[in-house]
Amino acid sequence: MTRTYLKKFLHEYGPFALLVLLTLAVWESAARLKLVPAFILPAPTAIWTAMLEQRLLLFREHLPATLQEVLLGFVLSVCCGVLLGTGMHMFSPLEKALYPILVISQTIPLIALSPIFIMWFGYTLWSKVAVVFLTAFFPVVIGTYDGLHKSGAVYKELLLTLGANRWQILRKTQIPPALPSLFSGLKLSMVYCVIGATIGEWLGGSRGLGYFSRRMAGNLQSAEMFAAVFLLSALGIILFLSIKLLENIILQKRGIHR
Amino acid sequence: MGLYCVAVHMKGGLAHTNMISMTNLSYSFSTSPEAPVFSGLSMNVRQGEFVSLVGASGCGKSTLFKIIAGLLQHTGGDLNVLGTISSDPSLRLGRIAYMPQQDLLLPWRTVLDNCLLPWELNRTGSKTEAVRNIRNMLERFGLEGTEQRYPHELSGGMRQRTAMLRTLAAGHKLMLLDEPFGALDAITKRGLHRWLLELWGSLEQTVLFITHDLEEALLLSDRIYLMSGGAGGGVQEFLVDLPRPRHYRMNYEPHFAALRADLERRLYDTYIS
Repeated sequence: MTRTYLKKFLHEYGPFALLVLLTLAVWESAARLKLVPAFILPAPTAIWTAMLEQRLLLFREHLPATLQEVLLGFVLSVCCGVLLGTGMHMFSPLEKALYPILVISQTIPLIALSPIFIMWFGYTLWSKVAVVFLTAFFPVVIGTYDGLHKSGAVYKELLLTLGANRWQILRKTQIPPALPSLFSGLKLSMVYCVIGATIGEWLGGSRGLGYFSRRMAGNLQSAEMFAAVFLLSALGIILFLSIKLLENIILQKRGIHR
Repeated sequence: MGLYCVAVHMKGGLAHTNMISMTNLSYSFSTSPEAPVFSGLSMNVRQGEFVSLVGASGCGKSTLFKIIAGLLQHTGGDLNVLGTISSDPSLRLGRIAYMPQQDLLLPWRTVLDNCLLPWELNRTGSKTEAVRNIRNMLERFGLEGTEQRYPHELSGGMRQRTAMLRTLAAGHKLMLLDEPFGALDAITKRGLHRWLLELWGSLEQTVLFITHDLEEALLLSDRIYLMSGGAGGGVQEFLVDLPRPRHYRMNYEPHFAALRADLERRLYDTYIS
């Protein structure tokens, strides 16, 4: 039983693991042989050592700060995004008014807006949450809005002849098929949240992995900087996978198959 | 809910009450009012009758169904459905059972939950009662044991029967069935005819039925309307004087064959005229 499981696991992830190991080996030897200076590319083992040395600062101080910004921004994005997407689906004037604004909001370079955010919110948590929200709510709106349109007119007509009102049509035949699309939006949004938080911390602040990595880069402490970047990436992966897990559970429970 | 077990086939006494009647009904898209989808349509469906509608593809049969069901507004003529003439078609919504061409079972719901949909929307009576009703019907529809299955686990014939059950579960006396057996293979279709003819007498429904299959129309209907679309269209009535109760093997009888030949000829005439 465990053997076949292992076999399947190796078949699925073996090539990936092999490539990572190979890259790490080449990287490590290049660093050991001093082909590249350590401040440009530190050895993987040096990054690991740096992470262990800085573990208190990284895990007690900066990771929780970033996680807080990410989660707050995500919850805000999901609430606003789902409401906005549903509102645009239900009320066509709202859709006509908001869709262009949404697209415009995504074309504004965030970095250019950052001084304004700092002026509005100061160097607080909320200036970062604002950046997170602006990067992460768009996929949720689009995922919700497009998802709700999936079921099409035929189900709507059927439900109308059964005497349903528009909210019943939404609940019974539009939300269930919208879930896969909504979850695609959520997964994208989650990853964007981590990126948004990092950008927010770069712009100003005193806590968080983004702030830490920037400070370390300024000091030419590349190993520490890479440790923080690695943690950020790991955070993104873990959060992404938790949404995916939630998706699998909910879709399976509701009998929706992609 | 809407299942009435009456052993005898209801005809005669109640047969003069019109469930649907229309005079000179026409429909055209607002973009091209000079080229109607159909026009000059006059017909009626009496209580307890099974009436079929045949005609070329695109002559507006499905559009007519949507108008009767209340999804569309006719553009000319008079329409009286269930004894009410109303200019607002949405008042008809929720009063007539309508089964569209595709089965439209919700793929994320089990057979039982699909059939409970009409109850969920109206919430008349208790849920236990509704479930018990559906369970009884599932048995009569030959669907026992499938209630926890999802639509993709069913055969085409079972899906159609489930969809028909859901349509019946809405509890309306007038049913519009748009080619319910159109997508099935010949053998499955035969099986469903046999099943429907056995079940029909006890359902006490009034049915307007769209089909392209002339044998099906003759086997099931009391009357058939031949419909042709466009500006000069209209309908022709065709009486099916086969005795009831009908049997699915009737189509081998000489009288049936004669009716079929006659119907085919008249349908052909509407094509070329």
